[in-house]
Amino acid sequence: MKLLQDRVGWITGASRGIGKATALEAGRHGARLILLARSREGLEETALEIENEGGVRPQIIVCDVAEESSLRAAFGAVHNYTKQLDFLVNNAGILRDAVIGMISTKQIAEVLQTNLISLIQIMQFAARIMMGAKSGSIVNVASIIGRSGNEGQVVYGASKAGVIGATKSAARELAPQGIRVNAVAPGVIATSMIANIPEAKMLELLRTIKMGRLGQAQEVAKVICLLASDYTSYVTGQVVGVDGGMWL
Amino acid sequence: MPDAKLTVSEGEVKLRRAFANGLKISEESVNETLQYASTPGWDSVAHMALIASLDSTFEIMLDTDDVLDLFSYPKAREILRKYGVQF
Repeated sequence: MKLLQDRVGWITGASRGIGKATALEAGRHGARLILLARSREGLEETALEIENEGGVRPQIIVCDVAEESSLRAAFGAVHNYTKQLDFLVNNAGILRDAVIGMISTKQIAEVLQTNLISLIQIMQFAARIMMGAKSGSIVNVASIIGRSGNEGQVVYGASKAGVIGATKSAARELAPQGIRVNAVAPGVIATSMIANIPEAKMLELLRTIKMGRLGQAQEVAKVICLLASDYTSYVTGQVVGVDGGMWL
Repeated sequence: MPDAKLTVSEGEVKLRRAFANGLKISEESVNETLQYASTPGWDSVAHMALIASLDSTFEIMLDTDDVLDLFSYPKAREILRKYGVQF
């Protein structure tokens, strides 16, 4: 029996990076997936890869989680597709760096809307479906920046610290309903989100990672799938660092 | 002559059942006076269970604004009419 055999899972931000890696990993473990992202092309590519690896072809939903109408339409699509939701991976997020004094109100609104407000709305919607079955697992993707902070990432750090707070509160509320809520806090992962970090800064970052290397998206995906599965059936309200010992 | 016997619509029967399941009370206890935060057991946690019960019973998805407005049994009936439920 595979880890997520016949489990219905919804993954946001599934067209690239950690979201895509999680979709591929969950597909390998037998999950039936609903994938959401802004890029249809990226979603189609992820869906095809899952199918080519022998997984069940996922449903795809093109949606910008930052737009309320788009998100409402996505909720409708998920609701029409399934009345069963075993796990949710709340991964969609954006990164907009700026140092104090250079942070615009628009930037704050954009980052908080995508990384935190939409995440709470999606979690709330998913919990409603899960409550019917009195079981489910929600995995929110936070960040090590939400725990330790970082220069130039006041807004991003605030959004990810918010994700951790939301995770812990939701875990308390939903535990009596049989719904678990956990977060992963990735460290520096080799995805397009870090592509613009200057080389000197990257070397400095590497020195802070005890394992001395960047993480791979698949390494985060495996932890997410574990938290989504029954292997962690007595784990809730936790923030699992996937950071090679960066947070020690 | 129309039948004078009072009948309960299918919508009403389903609404009572949804409330009973959501609030964990007997169907006999479901009545017009049920109110959020006043009726024992209808707290914020039970409210979400009630919403989940209404969603699944009527195969709809209540908007968040309606979830927040749904503070009594009569209000639930009013809101559900917007979703095409007949009483």
